[in-house]
Amino acid sequence: MSSRPIATTRSAAGMPTPRLAVWWLIASEIVIFGGVLGSYIMHRLAHGIWADYAANTNPWIGAFNTFVLLSSSLSAVLAHQAAERGDGKRAANLLYLTTLGGVVFLCVKAFEWTTEISHGMTISANTFWSFYYTAAGIHAAHVIAGGIIMLFVAQTAKRNEELHRVEIIGIYWHFVDLVWIFLFPLLYIAK
Amino acid sequence: MSANQHGQHAGHSTGSHAGGHAAHGDSHYVKIYFILLALLTVSIVGPMIGIKVVTLITAFGIAVVKAYLVARNFMHINLTPRYVIYAVTTTLVFMFLFFAGAAPDVMKSHGTNWEKPGWIAAEKAYAAGDIVGASFGAAIQGHGAEHGEGHGEGHGEAEGHGDGHEAAGH
Amino acid sequence: MAESIRVDHAAHHDDHHGAHHGGHEMSFTEKYVFPLDHKMIAMQYMFTGMFMALIGGFFAYAFRWQIAFPGTEAPLWGQVSPAEYNSLVTNHGSIMIFWVAMPVLIAAFGNYLIPLMIGADDMVFPKINRLSYQIFLISAIVILSSFFVEGGAFGGAWTAYPPLSTKAEYSLTPLGSTLWITAVALEFVAFLLGGINFITTAMNSRAPGMKMWDIPMVVWMIVIASILFMLSVGPLLAGGIMMIFDQNLGTAFFNPDKGGDPILWQHLFWFFGHPEVYVVLLPAVGIVAEIITVFGRKKLFGYKTVLYTAIGTGVLSFTVWAHHQFIAGIDPRMANVFTVTTLLISVPIAEMMFVYIATLYGGSITLSTPMLWALSFIFEFLIGGITGIFLGASGNDIFMHDTYFVLAHFHYTFYPIAIIGTYAGFTYWFPKMFGRMMNEKLGKLHFWLTIIPFNTIFLPLFVLGAAGHHRRIFDYRNFPELSHPWMWDLQALATYSLIVMLLAQIIFFYNVITSWISGPKAPKNPWNANTFEWTATSPPPHGNWPEGLPTCYRGPYEYSHPDRKGSDFWPQNEPG
Ligand code: HEM
Ligand SMILES: [Cu+2]
Repeated sequence: MSSRPIATTRSAAGMPTPRLAVWWLIASEIVIFGGVLGSYIMHRLAHGIWADYAANTNPWIGAFNTFVLLSSSLSAVLAHQAAERGDGKRAANLLYLTTLGGVVFLCVKAFEWTTEISHGMTISANTFWSFYYTAAGIHAAHVIAGGIIMLFVAQTAKRNEELHRVEIIGIYWHFVDLVWIFLFPLLYIAK
Repeated sequence: MSANQHGQHAGHSTGSHAGGHAAHGDSHYVKIYFILLALLTVSIVGPMIGIKVVTLITAFGIAVVKAYLVARNFMHINLTPRYVIYAVTTTLVFMFLFFAGAAPDVMKSHGTNWEKPGWIAAEKAYAAGDIVGASFGAAIQGHGAEHGEGHGEGHGEAEGHGDGHEAAGH
Repeated sequence: MAESIRVDHAAHHDDHHGAHHGGHEMSFTEKYVFPLDHKMIAMQYMFTGMFMALIGGFFAYAFRWQIAFPGTEAPLWGQVSPAEYNSLVTNHGSIMIFWVAMPVLIAAFGNYLIPLMIGADDMVFPKINRLSYQIFLISAIVILSSFFVEGGAFGGAWTAYPPLSTKAEYSLTPLGSTLWITAVALEFVAFLLGGINFITTAMNSRAPGMKMWDIPMVVWMIVIASILFMLSVGPLLAGGIMMIFDQNLGTAFFNPDKGGDPILWQHLFWFFGHPEVYVVLLPAVGIVAEIITVFGRKKLFGYKTVLYTAIGTGVLSFTVWAHHQFIAGIDPRMANVFTVTTLLISVPIAEMMFVYIATLYGGSITLSTPMLWALSFIFEFLIGGITGIFLGASGNDIFMHDTYFVLAHFHYTFYPIAIIGTYAGFTYWFPKMFGRMMNEKLGKLHFWLTIIPFNTIFLPLFVLGAAGHHRRIFDYRNFPELSHPWMWDLQALATYSLIVMLLAQIIFFYNVITSWISGPKAPKNPWNANTFEWTATSPPPHGNWPEGLPTCYRGPYEYSHPDRKGSDFWPQNEPG
């Protein structure tokens, strides 16, 4: 049970297995977000009034969160570089920083949502707000999952073990960032 | 789980497969980061000009550029085998397919043997400048208070109407 | 370079292995309850799936009894109430697709066969593999538990169209509806994890020398199926979340009174639902390919044709989904488009069937039990496929929609896939899985007692459907024009046949258990087959080939090769 299968060490497809797997994971995530965002766009294009609803979102908060996620992506990629050089300590610290970015993102979201909900813009207010919370909520769930996994990766990276994982979690994190890059204009900018 | 988990497959850790990944120094990534931030600024400033086309371009055109920069420079998609790019592209193509198949029905307020009462009522209310009524459901269900607050503050011409209704609703 | 590293690793690995076994024996829980070994996880999937099949089959018995003999008590169940009828039908369908066809065909065979057939010692992510089974098991428990909550299990059909699925006022199953969609969503997550494992294992961990065209067809098929699943299920997963919100948070994604759109759900569902048909079809087709080549002693006719056809079918299957919605009021112009694509997709599938028949042509065929199942698959699926062409034409479907004709059509596709395909694979690989030979006589008896009743269940339903019998009708006595005596006779024939068929499964389980305990010991390669799994001991130990993993020298279907003297097969691992 304890030794790793030889299967894991092969790479007939020209790429180490974990990296290959994370790309397939991303492919499967694209269609999840594709489903909800595609549905949103259909409604958004069809209902003129949604522009008015969308005007109530706060682009400054959205922009700040974009900034936070972009910054956390930077620290994730720098962590990867550190891991590449075999510097597990630095990689771990950068991963902690990335997680912190995720936490800040979530706190801002919590603040933003509380404000909106207290102004009556709840998830059931109308279909625009339903999509708003659902799409951003699915995304936030990914931020949470990514942050938790990142802590585990950092824990091992600190001991200079399993350094290849730093890159894997990084790719995933960039993907989460990428989704937000599209959510931002969809929910906050296009009015 | 065990002591022999690492070390055994040293070849497996990053170094050996990384290929060109380490080619860039950290400064390269910082540079990309600042480009991304600049693009972010443009996408915020875009809508302030107030021209719809410009907004759309600065919003989505820039999102695509940002996505490309992240995928290429941070995720190193260009250094992965081709089929990864094909797989990711395929997912996007299928999403367009889904959109193309579903939109003709979803984007209509009525069709063969059906209509969407909520939408039709909302359209009417919206045409009459009644933004609260236009909030789906309110017009039909008649409980404006619950459904009608979606407009919040700072809402130009429709505001007056909205407040009126809101007050009535409460 | 890779070669020598690999050998090194293998040596290393075996060292550890030996040491490991010397030091500490795996406990019962480690080995059977929370295993990491792909074969044991495969068995977990297999037996969970078979257990669920018994439940799904029993549900079919209960509601079939009600259709044929309304107002009388079904033995072992009692009087079926209208609400019960709906939840039985719904959960029969959901269980058969999501908790039988998927776990058995994709997860059980995928787990068992992929590492063995590509010459690897395990999946690349054993722990994710285990996690995937655990999530699947939880989903199965959730769907079964929905029968015991207040209001009972969901009864709004496996397609879960709103508003029936979203409004408790209509469904009367406030908890059942949510449990149903939760269970389905969990099942999707389990198979997404499993699918990533299958795909990466098959892509990356093939034995040295195994090139693209040396991969056994069933492995290809399971991998393609996993990709199709992965690309189609996402929107529905998102839709499932939206549905849960509609049910519980008061959103209105699918509620037209409040600005939502019920047809959106139908699109989300069928964008997944149609590719799903091919997701379960392809593994069955792959299993059949393995069997007909071995028992026909012939090379697979057109390996690449089959492969390209499968990929082509997979891509096309994403363009046909709205043929399920012809009478839902979709845009009529779109209905035309979907008619054309639907008729198109029958071309590659027909081609695949022809390739199989060409493979059999001129072979020296042994009618063993697995071969009987494989041949019957081709025959029965053909009926399902041909009747599908009738339904694909939107004009005709307006009449046929939701009749027993449709039902018979899709059972002529699903039954060969889920039941015949499973029995084919199970009887074929049984010697490898359990190290014993099955009893051929009992196997054949079971085959005939399953196949004949299967046809006498569903052939009458074609006739009834064409005569106007609708699905999901609780009691036909309320429809005098559909209550002619001959109609009752056909309904009764279908139900009696079902009972015979269900009882015949006892033979199967008896055969499995007695063969497992006391059947003749199976040699490594009882069928003289070429693929890797037959070079491991029966059953293979943890790690599959403790003596060292095999290397691949040729394609998987070199039977009766002219250059090969003295033997009509040529194992993939034999140099030269
Ligand atoms: C064991 C033999 C089987 C029998 C006798 C049987 C019979 C039936 C009948 C009579 C119905 C429709 C009842 C109604 O609409 O009122 C039905 C529905 C269905 N069956 Fe089966 N079936 C069998 C096996 C299977 C298998 C193996 C699968 C799939 C792998 C399957 C999938 C379905 C599905 C998806 C539905 C639709 C459920 C719904 O309407 O929501 N069945 N079955
Ligand atoms: Cu279909």
